[in-house]
Amino acid sequence: MKKTNNIINLSNELRWTIGEDFHDKLTEGIYADASVIAAAAVHKKGTTKKFTFDKKLDQIVTSRTWGFPIMILILSIVLWLTIIGANYPSGLLAELLLENLYPWLKSVAENMGMVWWLSGFLIDGVYLALAWVIAVMLPPMAIFFPMFTLLEDFGYLPRIAFNLDYLFKKSGAHGKQALTMTMGFGCNAAGVVATRIIDSPRERLIAIITNNFSLCNGRWPTQILIATIFIGALVPTQLSGILSTVAVIGIALLGLAFMFLSSWALSKTVLKGEVSTFTLELPPYRPPRFWNTMYTSLIDRTMIVLWRACLFAAPAGAVIWLISNINIGDVTIALWMITNMDGFGLFIGLNGVILLAYIVAIPANEIVIPTILMLTVATVSTGIAGEGSGVMFELESVTETATILQAGGWTLLTGINLMLFSLLHNPCSTTIYTIYKETKSVKWTVVASILPLIMGLILCFVIAQVWRLF
Amino acid sequence: MEKHPKSACDSCGHFNSSNLKKLGVNTDHVDFVVALAGNPNTGKSTVFNALTGLRQHTGNWPGKTVTRAEGAYSYDDKKYKLVDLPGTYSLLSTSVDEEVARNFILFGQPSVTVIVVDAGRLERNLNLVLQILEITDKAVLCLNLMDEAERQDIEIDERSLAKDLGIPVVATSARYKKGIPELIQTIHEVANGTIVCKPHRIKNVPKHIQKAVDKLSKSIELQYPDIPNSRWIAFRLLDGDARIINAIETGEFINTEKELIN
Repeated sequence: MKKTNNIINLSNELRWTIGEDFHDKLTEGIYADASVIAAAAVHKKGTTKKFTFDKKLDQIVTSRTWGFPIMILILSIVLWLTIIGANYPSGLLAELLLENLYPWLKSVAENMGMVWWLSGFLIDGVYLALAWVIAVMLPPMAIFFPMFTLLEDFGYLPRIAFNLDYLFKKSGAHGKQALTMTMGFGCNAAGVVATRIIDSPRERLIAIITNNFSLCNGRWPTQILIATIFIGALVPTQLSGILSTVAVIGIALLGLAFMFLSSWALSKTVLKGEVSTFTLELPPYRPPRFWNTMYTSLIDRTMIVLWRACLFAAPAGAVIWLISNINIGDVTIALWMITNMDGFGLFIGLNGVILLAYIVAIPANEIVIPTILMLTVATVSTGIAGEGSGVMFELESVTETATILQAGGWTLLTGINLMLFSLLHNPCSTTIYTIYKETKSVKWTVVASILPLIMGLILCFVIAQVWRLF
Repeated sequence: MEKHPKSACDSCGHFNSSNLKKLGVNTDHVDFVVALAGNPNTGKSTVFNALTGLRQHTGNWPGKTVTRAEGAYSYDDKKYKLVDLPGTYSLLSTSVDEEVARNFILFGQPSVTVIVVDAGRLERNLNLVLQILEITDKAVLCLNLMDEAERQDIEIDERSLAKDLGIPVVATSARYKKGIPELIQTIHEVANGTIVCKPHRIKNVPKHIQKAVDKLSKSIELQYPDIPNSRWIAFRLLDGDARIINAIETGEFINTEKELIN
């Protein structure tokens, strides 16, 4: 130990002899060496078209005037293609899994002499939840993710970050938060881990707490579906795709607004401090390798997200069936909970079913819509379905979904508020756990979980009150 | 010194890819540990995937990898563990991702460090390369994104580069799997000592600083005869790097076991 202290002592002594500019001198030395070596090895044959093309493109997509419109336009095209493209395969899958396979499974179970509660639990609970997740979630994901990944591989994400950097700085947050935000569009848990690129703990915490305002994988399909049913239906069919797209974009931008607003509020109150600067490197545009990207985005994103959704949907389906079939007094648990929460739910422009669905679906945002549908059918007589409690079948497409929801007493207000609440509520359990792992703080985990929920409840309440004035 | 594996003999199935087994995440009982370092967005994860057969998510933006990813492959009956480090511009600052990279190269003491650079932006990338070469003397330069450099009409004299840096240089386009067999072979030769590196040490340092560094690094060598990077530690101590001072105080460098520190 004494010897090691000698080293420290010696270095302390020597530090006096080398002058204050040691760090700069060393850095200069490294740059000088690098320049000598590079000069000997690199030969450039004049500038070429390719290089100037990159520059030209960057001037346009990161320009003050065109940066934002282009960003919104690209997002619109991606969403519009998703909305238009997802409806048909969704209907097809619903027909296959719910109309054909479901009765077949039921009859097989009956022929095997399976007791009613076991076949109910397995087929009406677990299987139906899985079938719904696949029918509702798979098509939009299979269209949205490959397009998003193509943009990512092309190199567009850092340009988005570049465009938003200024706004983040204005909100007292780190410019790199723009990158973690775009990661959050894929998955909030991944976005929270990505905040490691932010050096300052203060700004990192802001980025973690506000990442949930990026609409994630699990919530895009919810937004798309509800927008299609309630907003798109307001106008003639040929325009409904466009209007739904506008609605979803509006929600995504509202999320950004909330992100800036709460970043600003945090940095002015509990997380005060200086804004740090950083250099953002704009990588070269790389032509995506189309089929490679298709394959990896299907495997990496679509299948993983779908798998996760199924993993959580199976037990959730079981829970839904159980609470729809076990009675408290003379009503089922589900009905009892829904009636109890209905008052508060309607008060804020939602309903008891939605609130219960968000409790059942805490493990994964992906299963909110299937849960809502199953609970609605379980508790409301819709006329189309309702053979038994917690059971749903014979839904061919989005229009049928709409019929169920309308039978459940849904209005345009419910649809709008569900979209808002889907944006502003607690993060899924995976994200909450990730926030805890990254911050190692119960306090900040609670803040990050509760803050958006409170905002969502308040916003829904305000919208509902304003709505009822007119 | 720069025994480049690209010679006439090598074209005759020397790089028999049948010797390569991509082992995915199975990283038990490895013979060598190979670190992948480099600037952000130079394609480290793509190289990682090409070697291990894993599908670590890749993306065209800096800062995508923030944690260590690990995978393995075996070549010529030797098993290699490959560690994909977060991309950094330097090893002198203090964000979490830079620490992960720095600590692994310094304390993890990998058998070989593969430094992935963007061939189109060589000069800027060299800053990190020179810093890494101060820390380790077993390194391979992976000159990646050669396809893009070619499109920008940039030519690179690999021989001159290898001579100046004192480590083997392999040109690759990992996205198109070009140069990967050569890279595997070169890693193999550096790991088993067939290629001995004589890495470049930073030269353009003022005399009075050089003197102080020499004095301090001699005293470090006296204390830890086996240490390969006394000069770099001297640099960091003189710069007042708290983490390194702490490592000296607690005797972390004495620990010759290859215990990996996150």
